Amino acid sequence: MKYELVVLGGGPAGLAAAIEAKKNGIKEVLIIERDNELGGILQQCIHNGFGLHEFKEELTGPEYAQRFINQMAEEGIEYKLDTMVLDVSPEKKIQAINSVDGYMEIEAKAIVMAMGCRERTRGAIAIPGDRPSGIFTAGTAQRFVNMEGYMVGKKVIILGSGDIGLIMARRMTLEGAKVEAVVELMPYSGGLTRNIVQCLEDYDIPLLLSHTVTNVKGDGRLERVTVAKVDENRKPIPGTEINYDVDTLLLSVGLIPENDLSRNAGIVLDRRTSGPVVNESMETSIEGIFACGNVVHVHDLVDFVSAESRRAGINAAKYIKNEIKRNEEFIEIDGTNGISYTVPQKFRKENIDKGLEVFMRVREVFKDVKLEVRCGDEVLMSLKKSHMAPGEMEKIMIPKVFMDKINTNKIEVTIKR
Amino acid sequence: MKKLICIVCPMGCHIEVDEQNDYKTTGNQCPRGAVYGKKELTAPTRVVTSTIKIKGGIHNRVPVKTAGDIPKGLNFKCMDLINTLEVESPVKMGDVVSENIFGTGVDLVITRNM
Repeated sequence: MKYELVVLGGGPAGLAAAIEAKKNGIKEVLIIERDNELGGILQQCIHNGFGLHEFKEELTGPEYAQRFINQMAEEGIEYKLDTMVLDVSPEKKIQAINSVDGYMEIEAKAIVMAMGCRERTRGAIAIPGDRPSGIFTAGTAQRFVNMEGYMVGKKVIILGSGDIGLIMARRMTLEGAKVEAVVELMPYSGGLTRNIVQCLEDYDIPLLLSHTVTNVKGDGRLERVTVAKVDENRKPIPGTEINYDVDTLLLSVGLIPENDLSRNAGIVLDRRTSGPVVNESMETSIEGIFACGNVVHVHDLVDFVSAESRRAGINAAKYIKNEIKRNEEFIEIDGTNGISYTVPQKFRKENIDKGLEVFMRVREVFKDVKLEVRCGDEVLMSLKKSHMAPGEMEKIMIPKVFMDKINTNKIEVTIKR
Repeated sequence: MKKLICIVCPMGCHIEVDEQNDYKTTGNQCPRGAVYGKKELTAPTRVVTSTIKIKGGIHNRVPVKTAGDIPKGLNFKCMDLINTLEVESPVKMGDVVSENIFGTGVDLVITRNM
């Protein structure tokens, strides 16, 4: 089998990339999806709040997905469901398997990696204690409740105040469960502030900041979760333990981009994002292999995933048409002073039309600071920021006019107090 | 003065609403924040999203939402109504499963094709 472009993953990233490539003149596009339907995790995110940037209205996850699925169908893009990709080679040969076609080898001129991310599990954060049933990652519980129709428990503790944890606190409450508390290790929430208001405060669910789960007890089913306060080094403080008699513990303790295929292909990954290092074209270290969405870095808003993925799609199309310029040296983007990472990590001015959009996260909460883009001692841009938090991704647009001032092979994105 | 966090969009503006002065809102970065500030302190509303049973679909549940916001106090009553509903595949995004719920003028609609 041969295609011009193969997109790995039929979630919001893959759909947007495939649609954009098709619109830019690429005729043979194939999406490979391992689930039995398109749309990815949006299908289980039945709450609203999606699409304010993309469609200027507030949609639920499935509605957002449906709009992209409809566009994809209009474009006549081919897709394979229930199909697992086994391997991607640097020569862009894909090995995949499903129960209809069997084993397949697919040759592609370009590939877009859009595999998304996975949840961190109990093992990843080493919660001590028994190993009873009743402990779920929040996203798994979300799928059980919202799609498969199984209620996962009656009395619940949620560890982690990321958005999925907050959304599930409300969801479990509406479905009749009692959520005793949301427990957060850090002194601030990892989720959007609006979700603290509409998911916790609306239902009087306590948020315990600087607390963690220190023990789990249960014979067969979970019976008791012990929660303790932590000190500034995030170590539990003896004597502060509170016991909750609950049957369910949901974990919302972070997401990790799923890059097994990228790693095997030899794509260079960024230790800070756990995703591929990408350039201005969303191209990885292997020419012609692009990446976008949560496989690159975990986003807060799907709207930004769609925008980023369109860039990957348009550039994959450019690559196939031999339109990506490769004359200049890369300019590195260095995040310093509280900036934990940037995406892209590097760029070439020659491929930038109007400007370069740079995504980043901060390491800690900042109030009334300046976000600066610097080239050596010269400040290219300075933006006032009244509030920055690790749970809220920041983005800046560096206009082309400022680019022309860059005369070194490195720029710095930094926080000035 | 009452301090609130606007929930209209993911920006989450920190706003202040002056109850003594016709709920004048400050700190909002768009006009919707002012509307939210007044409404939140006078008659708060929410969109409710949940799922209902579906027969013959690829999943056991199909998602629904109130097509507009309804008074916050009706959230659990709305869930009781939702729990009595059942549909058969095929359904389409936007199909109305319950009209004018509790006389609010708001319909309950399906939010995906299945």
